[in-house]
Amino acid sequence: MAQVDYKALKKIGLMTQIQKDRFAMRLKVVGGQVTAEQLQKIGEVAKKYGKGYIHLTSRQGIEIPFVGLEDIEAVKAELAAGGVSLGTCGPRVRTITACQGSTVCPSGLIDTTALAEELDQRFGGREAPHKFKFGITGCRNNCLKAEENDLGFKGGLQPEWNREACNFCGLCEALCPTDAIKVDKQKKNLEFDAAKCSYCGKCAKGCPVDAWSGENGYVLYFGGLFGNQIATAQQILPIIFEKEKLFTIVEKTLAFFSKHGRPGERFRHTLDRVGWELLKQELSQE
Amino acid sequence: MSADKVVAFVDVTDVVCPVTFVKVEVALEEIADGQLLEIKLNDGEAIKNIPRSLKDDGHLVTSVERRDDQTFQVIVKKGGLR
Repeated sequence: MAQVDYKALKKIGLMTQIQKDRFAMRLKVVGGQVTAEQLQKIGEVAKKYGKGYIHLTSRQGIEIPFVGLEDIEAVKAELAAGGVSLGTCGPRVRTITACQGSTVCPSGLIDTTALAEELDQRFGGREAPHKFKFGITGCRNNCLKAEENDLGFKGGLQPEWNREACNFCGLCEALCPTDAIKVDKQKKNLEFDAAKCSYCGKCAKGCPVDAWSGENGYVLYFGGLFGNQIATAQQILPIIFEKEKLFTIVEKTLAFFSKHGRPGERFRHTLDRVGWELLKQELSQE
Repeated sequence: MSADKVVAFVDVTDVVCPVTFVKVEVALEEIADGQLLEIKLNDGEAIKNIPRSLKDDGHLVTSVERRDDQTFQVIVKKGGLR
């Protein structure tokens, strides 16, 4: 058999199997969305070149196992005709995962699908010292587990209260998970402790008279791991409202990792080794 | 908050979603627009979901009181948002 450049294969999303001449072909999925047309093509290819099944990965990806080395080019071409491209593995920005977000989910506070697409266009597949995972969750319910990722994104809402609209029913106080709201029904007064607010948006979503509104934004979490070692990503910045600012921070974060990370070192370990303060400094530089 | 009298009561602490809201809907069927229904419901899913469904259906929550036994008393005005 010809010499196989496994590193090059990994770059285009081919995972080695215990069967030496077979590969699990990893497909590109952004934000967990796959069209019916893509599914159909994937099905055809899995039947023709694989073993007639696909594997759903732990991070919203699709893999076609048992593709032969000799068929790789043909498979790539057939998939491309159905609008399917190959994913990535190895030391780079990986599959960008997302929940359904505000375009579908009643709890969603941000358009996670659009954000996943934009992040993929800007950063998808970019080289890094080790794998680097983005995950986007639409709200505090955290269905997509933002803190498991090297960089997690969570939709948030910074609430604002409008006295004129309020009927002082007390529902927001009942819904608030952090006890940031106190309603005095008799005196018709409401106290909001912004420092306690977790940006969950439950006050605004729940309010029967729309007395709560606010601005939707992004809360970022840095340095999550959920593999050989487990560490929860940390929030080190206040909520961000502007998308361009968000992208600038992502850019700086990846630059920081490339500059300070050692080959084969996960972002979290780089942070723990060089110090989180250094990241904060570099993120705050113009 | 309102001097209006509550005319009906429903306890949904003994059932789970989606039966909770079905019971509330049945109770609302029995009263006229503008009248008040008192609902006893559990903390957790029920307090998150029932007031939201009431709002979607055009009913106005006028009062929410936390009780000592992990339940809430919710007063709702039928059709109050229509």
